[in-house]
Amino acid sequence: MAGGVLAVRSGFGGAVTAALLAGLILGTLAAVASYAGGLSGLGPWDWRAVWFTLWQAAVSATLSAILAIPVARALARRQFPGRSVLVTLLGAPFILPVIVAIMGLISVFGRNGLLNEGFRALGLPEISIYGWQGVILAHVFFNLPLSVRLVLQGWQAIPAERFRLAESLGFAPGDVARHLERPMLRAVLPGIWLAVFLVCLTSFAVALALGGGPKATTVELAIYQAFRFDFEMGRAATLGLVQVGLCLGAMALASRFTIPSGFGAGMDSTASLRGPAGWRRGGDALVIALAAGFLLWPMLTVILAGLPRLPALETTVWAAAGRSVIMALVSALLTLALGLVLSLDIARGRAGWPARLIEAAGMLPIIASPLVLGTGLFLILRVWITPGQLALPVTVAINAIMALPFALRALIPAARVLEQDYGRLAASLDLRGWARLRHLTLPRLARPLGFAGGLAAALAMGDLGVITLFASDQPTLPLKLFQLMTAYRMADAAGCAVLLMAISFALFWAFDRGGRLNA
Amino acid sequence: MLEFRGVRLALGDFRLSADLTVGAGARVALIGPSGSGKSTLLGLISGFLIPDQGQVLWQGRDLAPLSPGKRPVSVLFQDQNLFPHLSVGQNVGLGLRPDLRLSPAERDRVAGALARVGLQDMADRRPAQLSGGQQSRVALARVLLRARPILLLDEPFGALGPALKDEMLDLLAEIAGQTDATVLMVSHDPDDARRFAAETIVIHDGRADPPVPTGALLDDPPPDLKAYLGG
Repeated sequence: MAGGVLAVRSGFGGAVTAALLAGLILGTLAAVASYAGGLSGLGPWDWRAVWFTLWQAAVSATLSAILAIPVARALARRQFPGRSVLVTLLGAPFILPVIVAIMGLISVFGRNGLLNEGFRALGLPEISIYGWQGVILAHVFFNLPLSVRLVLQGWQAIPAERFRLAESLGFAPGDVARHLERPMLRAVLPGIWLAVFLVCLTSFAVALALGGGPKATTVELAIYQAFRFDFEMGRAATLGLVQVGLCLGAMALASRFTIPSGFGAGMDSTASLRGPAGWRRGGDALVIALAAGFLLWPMLTVILAGLPRLPALETTVWAAAGRSVIMALVSALLTLALGLVLSLDIARGRAGWPARLIEAAGMLPIIASPLVLGTGLFLILRVWITPGQLALPVTVAINAIMALPFALRALIPAARVLEQDYGRLAASLDLRGWARLRHLTLPRLARPLGFAGGLAAALAMGDLGVITLFASDQPTLPLKLFQLMTAYRMADAAGCAVLLMAISFALFWAFDRGGRLNA
Repeated sequence: MLEFRGVRLALGDFRLSADLTVGAGARVALIGPSGSGKSTLLGLISGFLIPDQGQVLWQGRDLAPLSPGKRPVSVLFQDQNLFPHLSVGQNVGLGLRPDLRLSPAERDRVAGALARVGLQDMADRRPAQLSGGQQSRVALARVLLRARPILLLDEPFGALGPALKDEMLDLLAEIAGQTDATVLMVSHDPDDARRFAAETIVIHDGRADPPVPTGALLDDPPPDLKAYLGG
């Protein structure tokens, strides 16, 4: 037997899980690849979709990153009542169902929205939310708050002593910016830009609801159209490969930077700096008000329009809600089970490449977009099962897999601490298997498990993605909402949106709260 | 009898060799400069480390096939000897059944062990509600229940004050006597060694020497041990 440190004997759970996961994702991609024709099979429309995908992602990322700077600076250097609530709310878009946010944006920026009514009253030309501008608007709506949180973290990472030193040296705001703030921004902004770029690269629901047509179709949307309307599986598969290529390219770029995570990690709620007085105070107030308005106004509009409609919602909406809740719960439990097995095995730190391979398998979902996976699974399974039967299980499975990287980010560090602190004691007491899970692992990891489960459940609840490929007679709640919107039943849609938003946040809250109960 | 037969271990630049026997029921102190391999020697017995060559035997049986939890060994680590999310009673109960499904008779034994270390009313508390000395007593109560023939101490009382540490060593001596345990204790303090251990293993230059009588060793230490002990 090889000598040295004996890793506590464990099953092969992590390796097996990682192999299954890699087999599922890579196998699906292989199925896609085998159906894909050459790139010559793509027409000018498809190439326009590739161009639009890159272009809108770049513009969305740039706008989010640039606009985040003044907002984060204002939040970093001002104290006001409600500040910590606002900072917490900035994390909300991460678990806000995309289709609900789109409802809100339409109700503010759409034809009959307040903005256009104002323009009409003033005799100004109307703006349209449909098309590329709507896609970018929605992407900024989702990613600006997260970018603000990340830049704010950067600001709060500058030691307060530096600012005090600057003050004692009589720095003007311009000097502070030059010596303290700009170096920090140079360090954090590339990572933030890339994080947003990656998210927008696989954007589907936003493009489905607000985009379309030759000028505003993303690759994901083009896959959906090739699959669903033209039923050209070869072209869908080729587009899927293009999408994977885009993601891999962006990942390769991203590997040179640290991609930050915009949720979790406690946000310091006290501003340690004293902001400059004078006109800048008013400027900061205006910036915060604008950002808060941009974030909250669409949500409030939906809530006000939807709340009164809740009791009148038809039974099919409630049926869809029940279906979605069950699917979200199953999906979250799957994510937790996969995440727990993988993170415990990674934390045991079996040396060298096996651990790194297992970790890489857990991060694989990042390169495969939901629609690509959905297309691939359909191609593999269609011999045996009809698309209608496939819809719900495939949606559950893909949602579980897509949430896995987020879950692992929360679970791996906690599992490492657990192993470091109590691994030897547990081994010496022969605490193994079920007893170890029940008396050590679950209680010690309750918090990250609750948080990760909440994220997974909320993301699955709000997801409008792969389900659109298959189903219509058994819709999930987001799909039902989308169907109401396309039928122009906006009042019912608003009620449905409120329901969906409430359930998503409630699921996150319940899981997260559950994880803290015994702390 | 605990026997190190031609044991060799290399961890990076670090080397340790040991050829020695410790009699059953003996109390042995491990003394040597920090980094010399005292904890490593304990790790070889408790099963967290596996020798590159040679064998560690207990009563003539090679311990190599046994995982840490199956060895005839109880360990008190430097810290983290209790699970903070479990009650005092549960922490002790783990010594009887790791799945904590205790029968009424086993519950009585837990209560008895806690009473034995003077913590009869503390079973429902969490470790964080106890003082450092009381936490050590909980760990000792578990050692008492596990009643394994070998007891390894990796400076578990290092954070306690001198009076409290002496108290713990006395309690430990009683418990070890009650279970006839063979005790190996890492120590930085020659007085602890004199007080508790009749024999001492000196570890230096990558080698663990066979045990020698503690009193004679400390009265007339060899030059390198003298340098380590200072004065």
